[in-house]
Amino acid sequence: MTLTTSLRHLLPLLALAALLAGPAAAQQPTSVNPTASSVKEKQLLDALKPGSTDTVSGRISIPDARAGNLIQPAGKEFRTFRQETLPTVGGYAIVGMLLLLSLFYLIRGRIAISTGPSGQTILRFGSMSRFAHWLSAVSFIALGLTGLNLVFGKTLLLPIIGPDAFTGLTQVGKFVHNYVSFAFALGIILMFVMWVKDNVPSLRDLRWFAQGGGLVGLGHPPAERFNGGQKIIFWSTVLGGAALAVSGYLMMFKPIEIAIGGLQLATVIHGLVGLIMVAIIFAHIYIGSVGMEGAFDAMGKGRVDLNWAREHHSLWVDRVAKSRPKDISGGHAPAPGE
Amino acid sequence: MARMKFLCDADRCIECNACVTACKNENDVPWGINRRRVVTINDGKPGERSVSMACMHCTDAPCAAVCPVDCFYTTDDAVVLHSKELCIGCGYCFYACPFGAPQYPKTANFGSRGKMDKCTYCAGGPEADNTKAEYVAYGANRLAEGKLPLCAEMCSTKSLLAGDGEIIAQIYKERVAKRGYGSGAWGWKTAYKEDIAT
Repeated sequence: MTLTTSLRHLLPLLALAALLAGPAAAQQPTSVNPTASSVKEKQLLDALKPGSTDTVSGRISIPDARAGNLIQPAGKEFRTFRQETLPTVGGYAIVGMLLLLSLFYLIRGRIAISTGPSGQTILRFGSMSRFAHWLSAVSFIALGLTGLNLVFGKTLLLPIIGPDAFTGLTQVGKFVHNYVSFAFALGIILMFVMWVKDNVPSLRDLRWFAQGGGLVGLGHPPAERFNGGQKIIFWSTVLGGAALAVSGYLMMFKPIEIAIGGLQLATVIHGLVGLIMVAIIFAHIYIGSVGMEGAFDAMGKGRVDLNWAREHHSLWVDRVAKSRPKDISGGHAPAPGE
Repeated sequence: MARMKFLCDADRCIECNACVTACKNENDVPWGINRRRVVTINDGKPGERSVSMACMHCTDAPCAAVCPVDCFYTTDDAVVLHSKELCIGCGYCFYACPFGAPQYPKTANFGSRGKMDKCTYCAGGPEADNTKAEYVAYGANRLAEGKLPLCAEMCSTKSLLAGDGEIIAQIYKERVAKRGYGSGAWGWKTAYKEDIAT
C-alpha cells in the first residue's frame, strides 16, 4: 500500500475524529486578535524604500506573476519624470542648442577655407563609410521625430491636428520607431567598427580643445583624421546609440526578468539619452552643413578639398600623402568620374 | 453626481475570486487579461489578508497624465475611461499606474502591446451606451442601466464595495466601529489622496 492510498483510507477516520473534537475546540477561548495581527496597507507602504521600485505584492492565483503587484508607488516618480523632468531637460537641451548655434552663426558666420579651395581633392570617406553614416543619419531623423512626438506631440501637435489624426500619426510613428531602430543599430555598429581606430582619445585632442579647435580664436590646431570635436560626436553617437538600443530593445521585447521597475528605468534612460542625442546631433548637422565651407563634401561626395583637409586635419593629410598618394587627385585635373 | 469608488474590506475578503470571474464573464475580457484580481498579502502568515484590486478610477489619474495621445477621459461619475480608437499601446499608463491596472493583448509586431484594456467600472467606453460596438471593445455598460459593477454587486461577503465614495466609506466606517478592527481602505490614499480612519 502506498502512502497516498493509506492516507485515503485514514481520511474518513480523521474526519470523524475532527467532528468529535470539534465542539470542544470551539469552546476554547480564541487568542487570535484580528486587529493586532491584521496586515495594514500603511505599514507595507511605509516599509518600501523611498525612491525604490519595490512594490506591495502578494500571492496571486491567476497565472500571471505580474498581477501579484498590488500597489507600486514608483509609478508616481515615472509620472513626474515623463510629465516634468523629461520635457524640461529635453526642451532646454534642444532649444538651448539651437539658440547657441544661431548665436555662433551670427558671431562667427560660416567658417571658410582660409586659403580658398585648391581644386585638388582628397578621399575622406569611402562608399561603405558614407553608407553607414547616412543609414544612421536617416534612421536617426525618423527615430528622433517619432520620439519627439511622444514627448512633445500631445502639447504641440495634438491641439492643431485633432485627436484622430494625431493618433493615426503616432500609431504609425510607433511602428516606424520600432522597425527603423534596427537600421539605426546596424549603422552605429558599422560606424563603430570602421572608425574606432581613428577615434581613440589622445593628448593632441586636449591641445586641440585648448586652442579653440579652429572654431574660436585664430588658426587651426593640428589634428589627425578626426579632431577632438569629431571624437566627441563619435563617442556620444556610439555610446548614446548603444544606450538607446539596449534600453529600447528591453522595452520592445520586455523580458519578464526585468519587471516593471526595469521597464520604467529603461524608459527614463531612453527618453533622456534620446533627447540629449537630438541636441548633440543638431550641432553635428550645423557644422557639417551651413556652419563650415567644404565640410559637407566629406559625407556628400566622399572627397574634400585638399586645402580644407590641410586646415582641419593636417596630420592626416601628411599621412595620406605618404602612404596612399593615389587618394589625392593629381594637379588641377579633375579626378576620373567627377 | 456621484463620485464612484471601489473599496475592498480586506477583513471580509475570503479570496474566492468570484469578482475576477464575474468581471471576465460580464465584460467578455480577452484571454490573458484580468481586469480584476485578488492578491493575498502575507500568505500563510498571521494577519494574512486578501485584497481584490482593479483600476481604482483615481482622482487626477496618472494614466491620463502620461498618455502621449490623450486617450483617457473622466466621466461625470468620476470613472476613468479610455478610447481604444485613440490608444496606441505604448505602455506608459502601465508604467505610471500604481495598481497595475492597464494590460495589453499581445497582438502587434514583435508581440508588442495592442490596445490597452482595463476595468471600466462596468461603464463601457466612448461609444454610444450599450451598443454592440461598445460591448465588443469595452464590455458591459451596467452604469448606464442603473446598476453597479458586477464584481461588487455579487461579492458574497460584501467585502468589495462599489458606489458613491461617501456612502461606501460610511458603510466601511460603521463596520469597523461595530467589529472593532479594520485593515484600512486599500489603495485609497494612493488613488484618492484620502484615507478612512480605522
